[in-house]
Amino acid sequence: MNTIRTYSRPIVPVLGLALLAIWLAGCTAGQALASPRLAVAPTGSASAAAASDVLRIATTTSTADSGLLDALLPHFVEVCGCQVEYIAVGSGQAIEVGRRGDADVLLVHSPAAEEKFVADGLARTRFDAMFNDFVLVGPRADPAHIAGLGTASEALQAIMTAGAAFASRGDRSGTHMKELEVWATLAVTPTRELPWYHALGQGMGDTLLFADEQRAYALADRGTYLAMRAKLPGLTILVGGNSPAENRDPALINRYSIITLAPERFPSTNDDLAERFVAWFLAEETQQRIAAFGMAKFGQPLFYPARSAEAMP
Amino acid sequence: MNEIFAGLIEAVRLIAGGDSELFEIIALSLRVSGIALLISTASGAPIGVALGLTRTRAHGLITALLYTGMGLPPVVVGLFVYLMLSRSGPLGWLGWLFTPNAMIVAQTIIAWPLVTGLTMTAVRAVDPALRVQVRALGATMLQELWAVVCEARIGVVAAIVAAFGGIISEVGAVMLVGGNIAGKTRVLTTAIVLNTRQGEFTLAIALGIILLALTFAANVVLLRLQGNR
Repeated sequence: MNTIRTYSRPIVPVLGLALLAIWLAGCTAGQALASPRLAVAPTGSASAAAASDVLRIATTTSTADSGLLDALLPHFVEVCGCQVEYIAVGSGQAIEVGRRGDADVLLVHSPAAEEKFVADGLARTRFDAMFNDFVLVGPRADPAHIAGLGTASEALQAIMTAGAAFASRGDRSGTHMKELEVWATLAVTPTRELPWYHALGQGMGDTLLFADEQRAYALADRGTYLAMRAKLPGLTILVGGNSPAENRDPALINRYSIITLAPERFPSTNDDLAERFVAWFLAEETQQRIAAFGMAKFGQPLFYPARSAEAMP
Repeated sequence: MNEIFAGLIEAVRLIAGGDSELFEIIALSLRVSGIALLISTASGAPIGVALGLTRTRAHGLITALLYTGMGLPPVVVGLFVYLMLSRSGPLGWLGWLFTPNAMIVAQTIIAWPLVTGLTMTAVRAVDPALRVQVRALGATMLQELWAVVCEARIGVVAAIVAAFGGIISEVGAVMLVGGNIAGKTRVLTTAIVLNTRQGEFTLAIALGIILLALTFAANVVLLRLQGNR
């Protein structure tokens, strides 16, 4: 676990229960002697650690669901002597958490929204953190015949023409934004009126489970798909090949950025720790750990070091 | 269907195996809901008693407000608490968002109308003749009050039980304001959502069974206190 345990005191509830018991015992004994006992309100203090040694990361679900953060963070915790917490939500929501100053670092993959965040003067720094790629998955029967098509754009065209079921995240996550980007190349804005288009408003895992159940196509980040593949017997990768190197569509690259907040806009942000985290994340050693993550289990990395992004098609 | 049986076995295995992460999650669930329940009871039950004993002109309105509060959607409470406690919100200086304190605040707001409203109803249901009788026996004001509250105790405990069941099994608010942070703000319900999202149905079911067992055990304890054996 990447965090230090601080909550294991059931004393307050037990005390409350005891007071309740005393009252009820008083009642059943039929004694009307004591004045009404009111339980004393507890302070509710959670003995939160000093804010300065807790780093809070808001991140996309894929970095958490894939297990990457749990694999990486203990090392940072060790070198910084601090606590690290992460909140895993869609990239859109993660950026919103940052916009309100409720996190110190963002690890997200939604370039357009990130650029807006920077343009709004909310970021201190933004770096390429790592990358992987998106793939189009779908039912093995492939009713829209997209297997072997070179680009996502062509594939979505075929799915639309066939009216085959398509499962969209529909949650303004980075993956959803990428999907809308591809639709935009076809001059299409998918709407809920389309009977084959399912805007789920859910995370990547939920969307893949839906696609598996409903024999639908979906755009997924390769990392999450690989991590969940065993639970998705009905699905297979139809566009994007077996590794990023086989992915022939440059539009499907999935860049993750690491963003720190501007301290002048968010005085409470833990900017010292945030800068240390970014330096650590981009350091060669950490980048090598990222590249190694998943090799043993999936035979290929789930994420690639940022520096190798230029080598992508 | 297999997942349910597998989940049952997994639940037993987790409990028997003494999985420390699981016990941490259980402890936090009990702590957050327990403190929220305590605050709601300590502040809501006396107010419920007062409301049950008095009759003012605003009574209909107060009752309607309390009953509406009982139906508050947890996720709306969560959103409200989120905006209040966010660094950009009015209470941002507390630094409570994404901590157990935020979860306690949200659950207290959910539990308070339940405890207050149901206590009021229970006290109001006490036979008015009791008060006259006790007073005739020479009881002081406090003793009279005590007698009424004791008479209503079954209803009051039912109120506490209902509120506990409502908040321990609630997910919308704690997910929003707690953030489901591993080892920090992850409780049983958010762990169930997380595992479901990742397709880990067996583990999700196991956690669900543990949650049910926990709620059952808590209710048994409360009902025993009440004297319903």
